[in-house]
Amino acid sequence: MQDKSILNRKVQPRIKDAIDFNLELKPCQRFTLDNGVEVYAIDAGAEEVLQLEMVFFAGNWYEEKNGIAAATNFLLKNGTSNRTAFEINEHFDYFGAYLNRNCYNETANFILHCLTKRLGDLLPVMQEILTDAVFPEHELDIYKQNMKQRLEVNLKKCDVVANRIIDELIYGPEHPYGKNNTLEMFDHLTTGEIKQFYQRYYQQGKCIIFVAGILPLNLASLLNEYFGKLPFNKNALPDISFKINPAKEKKQRILNDPDGVQGAIRLARHFPNRHHPDFKKAQVLNTLFGGFFGSRLMDNIREDKGYTYGIHSYIQNHLQDSAWMISTEAGRDVCEATVSEIYKEMKRLREGEIPADELLMVKNYLMGSILGDLDGPFQIIGRWKNLVLNGLDESFFNESVQTIRSVKSEELTELACKYFTEDTFYELVVV
Amino acid sequence: MIKYERFELSNGLKVLVHQDMSTPMAVVNVLYDVGARDEDPTHTGFAHLFEHLMFGGSVNIPVYDEPLQNAGGENNAYTTNDLTNYYCQLPSENLETAFWLESDRMLSLAFSEKSLEVQRKVVCEEFKEHYINKPYGDAWKIMRDLAYKHHPYKWMTIGLELNHIEKAQLEDVKRFFFKHYTPANAILVVAGNVYLDQVRHLAEKWFGGIPPGVKYNRNLPVEPAQQEARRMVVKSKVPLDAFYKTWHMSARMDQRYYVADLAGDMLGGGGSSRLYQSLVKEKKLFSNIDCFHFGSTDAGLFSIEGKLVKGVDINAAEAAVEEELEKMKNTLVDEKELQKVKNKTESIMAFEDMSVMSRGSSIAYYELLGDANLMNTELSKYQEVTVHDIQRECQQLFRAENSNTLHYLAES
Repeated sequence: MQDKSILNRKVQPRIKDAIDFNLELKPCQRFTLDNGVEVYAIDAGAEEVLQLEMVFFAGNWYEEKNGIAAATNFLLKNGTSNRTAFEINEHFDYFGAYLNRNCYNETANFILHCLTKRLGDLLPVMQEILTDAVFPEHELDIYKQNMKQRLEVNLKKCDVVANRIIDELIYGPEHPYGKNNTLEMFDHLTTGEIKQFYQRYYQQGKCIIFVAGILPLNLASLLNEYFGKLPFNKNALPDISFKINPAKEKKQRILNDPDGVQGAIRLARHFPNRHHPDFKKAQVLNTLFGGFFGSRLMDNIREDKGYTYGIHSYIQNHLQDSAWMISTEAGRDVCEATVSEIYKEMKRLREGEIPADELLMVKNYLMGSILGDLDGPFQIIGRWKNLVLNGLDESFFNESVQTIRSVKSEELTELACKYFTEDTFYELVVV
Repeated sequence: MIKYERFELSNGLKVLVHQDMSTPMAVVNVLYDVGARDEDPTHTGFAHLFEHLMFGGSVNIPVYDEPLQNAGGENNAYTTNDLTNYYCQLPSENLETAFWLESDRMLSLAFSEKSLEVQRKVVCEEFKEHYINKPYGDAWKIMRDLAYKHHPYKWMTIGLELNHIEKAQLEDVKRFFFKHYTPANAILVVAGNVYLDQVRHLAEKWFGGIPPGVKYNRNLPVEPAQQEARRMVVKSKVPLDAFYKTWHMSARMDQRYYVADLAGDMLGGGGSSRLYQSLVKEKKLFSNIDCFHFGSTDAGLFSIEGKLVKGVDINAAEAAVEEELEKMKNTLVDEKELQKVKNKTESIMAFEDMSVMSRGSSIAYYELLGDANLMNTELSKYQEVTVHDIQRECQQLFRAENSNTLHYLAES
C-alpha cells in the first residue's frame, strides 16, 4: 500500500535537537522550622494534591542488629497510646490519604499523599506517630510471621536471589549495602530494640522535609505547629563507617530452582559515588551501553538475539560507595551466551569509535527524558531530594546537563577503557 | 474537569485534543480497539505479540525508536484483554515527528521476518519471566480457564501457551494488522503543549490519506450466567498455600460496576479494610489478602486472593472469608465506611490525572468506552452509590453458584 499524496514519508520532519533545549531545575522554596528542620517545597501542579515526605536518617546504616531499622520503619504506624493500628489506618483512609514508609540504607522515610484540602486533618496524627508510637508486641509478632512468609516466597524467585547475592559479593555480607534479611533474623527482633531505635533515630532523629504539589498558603505555619517543636536534630548522628569487604571469587553460578526456565544474570563492578569527576560522563556512557530502550545491550541481546524480555545497566544510587550494574533475566539455555555478549559490548566500547549519530541520539534522548521528567511537582522535588541527600546543589544538575551536551565520543571511549574491564566485574547467574 | 476538543477525519479516525500549556511536552496517544479478547482461540497472545511487532519498523521508516529518541522522545505501549494502547511523549517543538511515526505504522508495517522471529523469542521470554518462572505464576491462567467457558477472557493477554506464540506466521500478522490497525478502529489523542489548529493540520496531513479500513464489529460469545459453584485444587512447588476466589461481576458501563468497585475497596482496599483487619490482623489466617477486579470492559471477575499462614487449614481460611462476605450481605455497612471508600476514589482520580501522559491515555480510554467526557462524570456515579446498593450488590455477587474457587496448595 502506498500513500498517493505528495507527502514524503521517508524523511523525518525537521526537529529541534533536544540538546538545544534549555533545561532548568525549577527552584525550590526553602525554610527552616523552629527546631532547625529544613523544609524544601515545590508549589506546582495541575491537581489539588500534595506529597509530604519526611526523611529520617534511620536506615540500616544505623542499626546494631540486622532488621531493626526496617522493622521500626514498618511498624511506625501500627499503634500509639491513643490509637490502634486499625484506627490509624482508618483515619488516613477516611480522608483518602496514603501514608507510606520505606527504609533504605542511610535514610528511611514517612510519606503522605493527600488532597491538599485534607492536610490539616492528617498532620496531627502524623505528629502523634512521630512522638508516641508504641510498637505493640502482637504487631511485631504478625510482622515477623508475615515477613518470613513473604521472604520464603521471594527466595523461590531467581531475580530476588540474584539481587541479594550480587550485593553481598560487591560490598560484603556485613556492609549495610550488602547485607540481607534472613528467616532467622526476624526471630531475633525485639520491641525493646525497636523502641530504642525509634527514640534515637525518629523521635530525636535527624529529619528533613520535602513537600510538593498544590500547597496550602499556611504550609509553613502548619508544619511548624505540628513538627517544629519536636526534638529533632538535637543530637548529632553517630559517625559510623563500614569497610567494604568484597568477595574473593568474582564468578558464581547458582542453581536455586532445578526446574527454572530462566536465569537471572547480574554483572557488577565498584564505582565511586556521584561526587567523583567521572560520574556525569559515566551516566551518558551508561545510557548508551544499557540505560534505555535504544541502548547497545537492548539492541543486541533483546532486539537482535531475542535472549531476554529486557536488559538494563545502571549505577546504583548510593550515598557512599556505589556499583555499576548490568541486570537481566534470560532463557536458561542462553544465559552463558548472554554473559559473553555483554562482555563483547564492553569490548566494542573500549576498542571501537562511537559513531557521532549514535552519540547524538543518546544525548537527545537524555535531554528529552530529563525535560519530560521535570514535568510535575513530585518529579521536581524528587530531583531536589536526591541533590540534598547527596550533599549537592543545583550546580550539579546544571553541570550534568552541560556534560550531556558537550561530552565527546573519545571521552566515553576513555571511560569505557577505564571501567569496562572484564576482570573488574563480578559475574553471577542464578537459575 | 479535564477539557478537550474532538473532531473526526474523513477516514473515520477520531481525534481528541487536550491542551495544557504548563508543560513543555506533548503526548501522542494512539489507542487501537483490539485486545486479547479479539483473538482466535487457537492463536492466543497475538494482540500482545503484535504490540511488539509495531516497533519493528513500518513501511517507510525502518526503525521506530531512533528518530523518536533523536527528537527527545520516549514511548511505550501496553495490551490488555480489551485494547492496545501506544503512547509517546516528546518536547512539543518536535510534535510532528510523533505524527510521522504513528501515521506510518498505521499506514502499514514493514512485516519483516527477522522482526517476527526475534519478537517471538522476546515474548516467550516475557511469558517465562512472568508466568512460568515465578511461584504461583500460572494461578490466573488456571482461574480464567475455570471462570470462563465461552468468553475470550478465558485466556490472559500473554496467551494461553508458549506454543501459540512460537507458531505465529507472517501471514497471520498481516491479516491481523489489516483487520484491526485501521483509522476506523483507532482513537488518536494529542495532549500537552499543543494547539487545536496545529493538531487538526497535522492530523489531516499525516493520517488523512490512510485508507479507512473496515470497522471491526465485535461479536464475542457471551458468557452464560454460571449455574453452579466451580472448585479446583492444584498442588505445586510453592512454599505456602494460596487461596483464589472470583465471582462474575457487571460490565464496565453498568452502574453496578461502580457499586462492586466500592464494595471491593471496603473488603480489600488498604490497612483499614475488612479482610485485612479481620483475617490478617485479628484471626491471623492469611499473611496477605487482596480484593480487586480487572476493570474489564465486558463482564469481569471480582476477585479475592491471599496466602495462608503456615499451618492454617485452607477450608477454615475460606470459611472465614465467606463469613466476612456474609456480613456484607446481611448487614448494612456504615455510612461512614461508604464515605471512606468514596473519598479514596476521589483522591485516586486526582492523583491519576496529574501527568499529561495519563490524562492523554484516560481520554482515549473513555472515548473507547463511548464518550471521553465520562472521565469527568464518573466520580458522580460513585457518589450516587448508597449503603443499600452495596448490600444488594453483595447479595448478587457473592452467591455460591456465581463463584470459582482455586486452592493452590504447597506440595508437601
